[in-house]
Amino acid sequence: MENTHSTAAAQEPQFSTKPIWRTFWILLGITLVELTLATIHLKTGFPSKYVLNGVYLILTLAKAFYIIAEFMHLGHELKNLIMSLAFPAMLFIWFLIAFLWDGNSFKVLRNRYDSHHLSQSQTPVAKPAEGSEPANKPGAAE
Amino acid sequence: MSQVLPGDQKWWSGGKSPYNVEYGKLMMWFFLMSDAFTFGAFLISYGHIRFSSNGWPNPNAVFKAFPLMGETNLPLVFVSLMTFILIMSSVTMVLAVAAGHQGDRKAVTKWMILTIIGGLAFLSCQAWEWTHLHGEHAWWGMNPFLNADGTQSTTNFTNFFFTITGFHGFHVFSGVIINIIMLIKNLRGDFEKRGHYLMIEKAGLYWHFVDLVWVFVFTCFYLL
Repeated sequence: MENTHSTAAAQEPQFSTKPIWRTFWILLGITLVELTLATIHLKTGFPSKYVLNGVYLILTLAKAFYIIAEFMHLGHELKNLIMSLAFPAMLFIWFLIAFLWDGNSFKVLRNRYDSHHLSQSQTPVAKPAEGSEPANKPGAAE
Repeated sequence: MSQVLPGDQKWWSGGKSPYNVEYGKLMMWFFLMSDAFTFGAFLISYGHIRFSSNGWPNPNAVFKAFPLMGETNLPLVFVSLMTFILIMSSVTMVLAVAAGHQGDRKAVTKWMILTIIGGLAFLSCQAWEWTHLHGEHAWWGMNPFLNADGTQSTTNFTNFFFTITGFHGFHVFSGVIINIIMLIKNLRGDFEKRGHYLMIEKAGLYWHFVDLVWVFVFTCFYLL
């Protein structure tokens, strides 16, 4: 057993530091783009929050891809290993759709049948004056 | 890659290593897979609750402070710094792995020390952020922030924030401990005697996973 392990390790290609730094600049660049978009949105309200959320998700997945493929070196492993990890991860697609859909459905039903909850969640709280302590106990929900 | 086989080659008929990775490394991948589902379950339950709520606090109005700047309005700046620190420590970790491949014990020591410093810097940032939020009466079961539309918020916001960033911070903490153990083993020359630095690679996989999770935490809590 020990022999197969050491030969497997010896066969691995040498790490070169060039793609590491390239990946670092890509990750840093994506983070800066996210930060810039968020700042532009705060200042001007453009692009809209829905468009922005889609962009954030795509950029997040891009960052995840580069971390897994380059830093964790999975992109340079055998396809068998990549697929053994990628296929179970696809369960997340179902997770996301099912649970977010269910959450939204719960909101719609609750607003329809619990009128107190609906009116309460539409009434703004009187804001305490700047700098003063909040009158009600912090965190006292509903 | 050198392991590319002809099309009629049977990977799983025995006599070959279908994954061609060391046993411990494969098991680390499978552990990270399970850990990804734990974090995924946390984040999806957060998404579920957020989708079922009529309002939610605006993260830019909540996370806007920066150390030693007093009353500031700098949304996202501090957390971007934390992201940068974690990415940077991921880079030093890969450089440690690369140095291990070349059998350069001194370089491994150097990069491992830098990785540990990065991890500690991240933990310090998080400790400051938590302390600051706690000073604003935000904690488990306490939410001083209003929804973005000015309506009363619930404690779901703070509960999820502290639970998930806390769980991630605990992973960073254990990652730092693992890295310190790897550093000590390297200083004692254990890997040099063994002839390979695969342990550094396995610790590295865990460390990058922590960085990977932070990417999602960053998006879910600070951007969306």
